[in-house]
Amino acid sequence: MKSTASNAATVSEPALFTPRAARRTISSTFVRVGVLPLILLAAIVVFSLLSNNFLTPRNLTNVFRQSVFLTIVSLGQMMVLLTGGFDLSVGTTIALTSVVGAMAMAAAAAAMPDMVPLAITIGCMAGLLSGLGIGLINGLGVALVGVSPFIMTLGLSSIGFGIALYLTGGTPVYGMPKEFGGFFGFGVFLGIPIPIWVALGMIAGSFVLVNWTRFGRTLYAVGGNIRAAELSGVNTKKTLLFVYMLSALFAAVAGMLLTARMDTGEANIGSSMPLESIAACVIAGVSLRGGIGRMENVVIGALFISLLQNGMNLARFNSYLQTIVIGCILILAVAVDQIRRRYILGR
Amino acid sequence: MMHTPVEREADAPLLRLTSISKVYPGVQALDEVDFELRAGETHVLFGENGAGKSTLISIIAGANQPSAGMIQLNGEPVKFTSVHDARMRGISTVFQEFSLVSTLSVEENLFLGAEPTRAGLLNKSAIRKEAHDILNRLGFSISPQAIVADLPRAEQQMVEIARAFRSGISVLILDEPTASLTDKETDQLFALIAQLKARGVGIIYITHRIREIQRIGDRVTVLRDGRKIATFEAQFHEDELVRSMLGREITQLYPTVRSAPASNLLEIDNLSSVSDRLKDVSLTVRSGEIVGLAGLIGSGKSEIVRAAFGLRRIDSGRVRLEGQDVTGFSAARMLKAGFMYLPPDRREEGLVMMRPCRENMTLAALDQTEFSTRGWLNLSRERKYTTALAREVELSPMAPERAVQGFSGGNQQKVMLARSLTRPAKLYAFDEPTVGVDVGTRAAIYRFIASLCEAGAGIILISSDLPEILHLAHRAYVFYGGEIKAEVSGSDLTEETILPHFFERTTA
Repeated sequence: MKSTASNAATVSEPALFTPRAARRTISSTFVRVGVLPLILLAAIVVFSLLSNNFLTPRNLTNVFRQSVFLTIVSLGQMMVLLTGGFDLSVGTTIALTSVVGAMAMAAAAAAMPDMVPLAITIGCMAGLLSGLGIGLINGLGVALVGVSPFIMTLGLSSIGFGIALYLTGGTPVYGMPKEFGGFFGFGVFLGIPIPIWVALGMIAGSFVLVNWTRFGRTLYAVGGNIRAAELSGVNTKKTLLFVYMLSALFAAVAGMLLTARMDTGEANIGSSMPLESIAACVIAGVSLRGGIGRMENVVIGALFISLLQNGMNLARFNSYLQTIVIGCILILAVAVDQIRRRYILGR
Repeated sequence: MMHTPVEREADAPLLRLTSISKVYPGVQALDEVDFELRAGETHVLFGENGAGKSTLISIIAGANQPSAGMIQLNGEPVKFTSVHDARMRGISTVFQEFSLVSTLSVEENLFLGAEPTRAGLLNKSAIRKEAHDILNRLGFSISPQAIVADLPRAEQQMVEIARAFRSGISVLILDEPTASLTDKETDQLFALIAQLKARGVGIIYITHRIREIQRIGDRVTVLRDGRKIATFEAQFHEDELVRSMLGREITQLYPTVRSAPASNLLEIDNLSSVSDRLKDVSLTVRSGEIVGLAGLIGSGKSEIVRAAFGLRRIDSGRVRLEGQDVTGFSAARMLKAGFMYLPPDRREEGLVMMRPCRENMTLAALDQTEFSTRGWLNLSRERKYTTALAREVELSPMAPERAVQGFSGGNQQKVMLARSLTRPAKLYAFDEPTVGVDVGTRAAIYRFIASLCEAGAGIILISSDLPEILHLAHRAYVFYGGEIKAEVSGSDLTEETILPHFFERTTA
């Protein structure tokens, strides 16, 4: 028996229970799905052992609701990463959206107290447009002028925060109709919070956009080899312009949802968003060099980071230690994935 | 099998590989291959793209580790953990894919990883002097201070070769070293190889060119599908070699292409471009004919088509497609107008290497109703279409969903060719379509081009391989220094009529 086990490679029938076959099953699963599902599973197991409250429906709903903002921003971030760029201005977009949206909504609500839905619409439009403006400038800079995405979005990040702080003088913006927060922040439909519905809609939309449209295909091509894309007749400038606008639009939606949740417009929110959204994408296997990445994994990546934060809070981890853990897991996940990729390429 | 103690035999070959196997997930790249290299011989590795040549040399070079088998160097078993490790034991490799840092200078590249130092600091004067010596000894006229990115591809290749000569070597591996060299440079390289052989260096040489094998090969080992088929001693017959490589007869490399030239498709009138040094170039291409553009690398034969296709600036002159002025159109508009250009450098500007073959095939045709309606992709139809295409161009392995980078050079080229079938076009320009491609695939590519032409398309064939032009083209323009030096057609298309125009004419 012992000798046949070592020859399992040639014997293929009842090999399922030999240790070698088991190991091969595990490693081939690992190669196929990547590290993310495995560490997600590990985190769930660890946290449910550490805290009784972790695996309750209430807490899990909580995790999903907390993850909504990061998930939405990561969707846009992923598309930019696919083209081989970065968007470091997603945080600033959230802040500016929040401030501009809240100010416009408060002003509209004060001017016409009877027309709450209209005021909310005006506020949301103002917020989303201001966010989109940042995306437009990013896109023009990167696509037409050829400024490196890193510098373009970093510079605009500083400008945007400055504007948001200047507009508010650093204090929160009050005066939005309470229906706004009541619906977009705390509303529930069919037992599921409204922000989660919004996120689900955006996930579905971006999944279709990335996988089923010409635009989505060109994102991969531009990031994979921009010269080849150009020679194949792809309008690379248009693709780049659009992708930065999309990323900003997604961040702006997250910004408005966050504003609804807090019931105030804030200039100092979102500063951790660039790092966290890029981390969510990278953990999910999106290449920083462009051309590689799967949308469904990014959603899990964003969920994982939120889950980690929630679980560590429940397990009463020191908040300083939490940032260390997140840093370690990010590096570890990418390192292990690198090994996996080497295995796939066979070198 | 009896196990005998390893002893150093006096007449042990320089390098011996015994039943080397290499398994990748899903692919058996090498299957118990034996290989032997004697001191002072040139041993040619011959085989189709994907036969396992590159894998074999990557194992000898230390870039890859075998799954099974033994390597002996001078009779002693060895295991190379890295390219550096192999190099330390005297095995130097010139890879087909350049391993140069393009932002550094020639001399910095030559000594990369082995910089001479003095008191822990770079010894720059020694680097400069030795770089100069190496280049001189090789007869390469390249400035050691030049930045590699600024050099033409042929000169980059020379730097790559020069690097292998840096240290004391006993085994030199050359992977298609002449692919982008001129005849003169090739002669220099061969003289060098002769010198090295005389010093007892063993040379492993990969080439697709049978003429080169006859010229410098001492022995030839043929690989097919990861297996060793045969090793021929110096005497061999060309047909025999090709047959053992393919496992079948190849009846005819070059097809006879019927020509039925009809209306003018492309007319280039007095096109000039300062940046590409094109001077007053005029040419026409008609539907139903193959027009060859011959000349050296950098002579303008590729640049003119790139300019016409909208990739380069045009300073003066006109480009007309079916009588319509398309001067300065973008590549996207050219494609829409029915002009398709397939670039020579697959890696740089042809393929999106990390994406599947399927996506690469349809990249230029996503606007076609075949693949999308109003921006929405039709993935199932795309999959069906590309699977059929993959079969048509005989992609090997038949895995259109696999990333292009996992395929051999010849099969990558097939993906490029498949792209040209994804959208209707009237005019095709193939820029060096058979560089680094084996004989079997080349025959397939020629048949492919021929069928396009016979279906009524106009074909521009840009090639540095003169026989290709002589056999396929109905008409040819010869370029030198950015100008057309001659136009030859029909039965006048011979080496004697074309070749003199390749070089600066001494008589007026």
